[in-house]
Amino acid sequence: MDKIHSHRQVAAIKHSLFDQGYLDEQFIQLEELQDDANPNFVEEIVTLYYRDSSRLISNLDHTLERNPLDFNKLDTLMHQFKGSSSSIGAKRVKAECTLFREYCRARNGEGCRRSFQQMKKEYATLRKKLETYFQLARQAGPLETAYRPK
Amino acid sequence: MALETRFHVLAVDDSLIDRMLIERLLKTSSFNVTTVDSATKALKFLGLVEDELRTFETSVASEIHQDVDVNLIITDYCMPGMTGYDLLRKIKESKSLKNIPVVIMSSENVPSRINRCLEEGAEEFFLKPVQQADVNKLKPHLMKSRNKGDQDQEQEQDQHFHNKRKDMEAISSPNKTRLKCSS
Repeated sequence: MDKIHSHRQVAAIKHSLFDQGYLDEQFIQLEELQDDANPNFVEEIVTLYYRDSSRLISNLDHTLERNPLDFNKLDTLMHQFKGSSSSIGAKRVKAECTLFREYCRARNGEGCRRSFQQMKKEYATLRKKLETYFQLARQAGPLETAYRPK
Repeated sequence: MALETRFHVLAVDDSLIDRMLIERLLKTSSFNVTTVDSATKALKFLGLVEDELRTFETSVASEIHQDVDVNLIITDYCMPGMTGYDLLRKIKESKSLKNIPVVIMSSENVPSRINRCLEEGAEEFFLKPVQQADVNKLKPHLMKSRNKGDQDQEQEQDQHFHNKRKDMEAISSPNKTRLKCSS
C-alpha cells in the first residue's frame, strides 16, 4: 500500500511540473534514454545542469555588476544557459532566458536585471521541485514507464 | 560479407550537458562515441593539425588519419573559437576527410545558416535539443558511406541536397544573424 502511495505521490509531482509549465516534452525524451544500463541518466544530467547553471549564474551576476554593461557577453552567457535549460526541458527557465536576450539585444540594462532576477527565481523553484521529485522517486523505488502528460 | 562493426561517431559540442545528451542518444543507437568540446580538438582527433605556414592539409596529416576511423561527425554550430561551420569547411576541404558525413546541430532556426551548412556539404541540420528521431536519421548516411559507390553515390547526395534545399526555401522568413553565431 505504501509503495503505491509513494508512486502516486511521485506521479503527482511530475504531473504538476508539466501542468504548471516547469518542464516540457524534452524531459520525457530524457526519461526515455534511461534503461537498466543507465538507470540514473536523468538525475545525472540534471545534476550536471545544476552545476553548469551555478557557474553561469555566478558569471552573469558579475557581468551585470559592470559599468557599462557588456551586452554581448551577457547574451553569450545567456545563450549557453538557454541551451542547457532547453536540453533538459526546463521550460520556464528557458522562457526567461529568451526574454533576457531580447533585453540584451535592445541594450536595455534595467530590463536585463529584472529579467535576470525573475530567471533566478524560476531556476530556484525548478531546482527545488526537481530535488524533491528525485528524492521521492528514489524512495519509491524503480518507476515503471514514463508518465505522459496530456 | 565483412563483419558489421559499430559505426564510430565523433560528437563536437562546447556544452557539457549537450555532450552528455548526444552521447547517450548515439549510444542508444549502438554507435561508438567520442566527444570533444571544441572544433580544434576535433581536428586534432581527426589527424589534422594546424600549421601556421600553410593550410590544414599536409601529407603528414593524411598518414595520421589512417589510425583514426570516424564514420560520422556531428557538431554544434555555435562554439567559441572555431564554429561548427568552420569545422565543416575544413573537413570538406581535406582530401582525407571530405567523405566523412557531417551533421550540424544548432539551437537556433536560421534558414540562411541552415542553407549555408547544407551548401557546404552537411548531410543534415538538427535543431536542438536533438532527439532520438533525429539520431535515427543518421544510419542511412552511414550505410551510404560504408557501401561507397562513386557516381551513383554522388548523384544520390545531390538529389538529397536538392530536396533539402527545396524544403529550406519553403521556410520564408527574413534572416538576421546579428553576430557570426550567438557569441
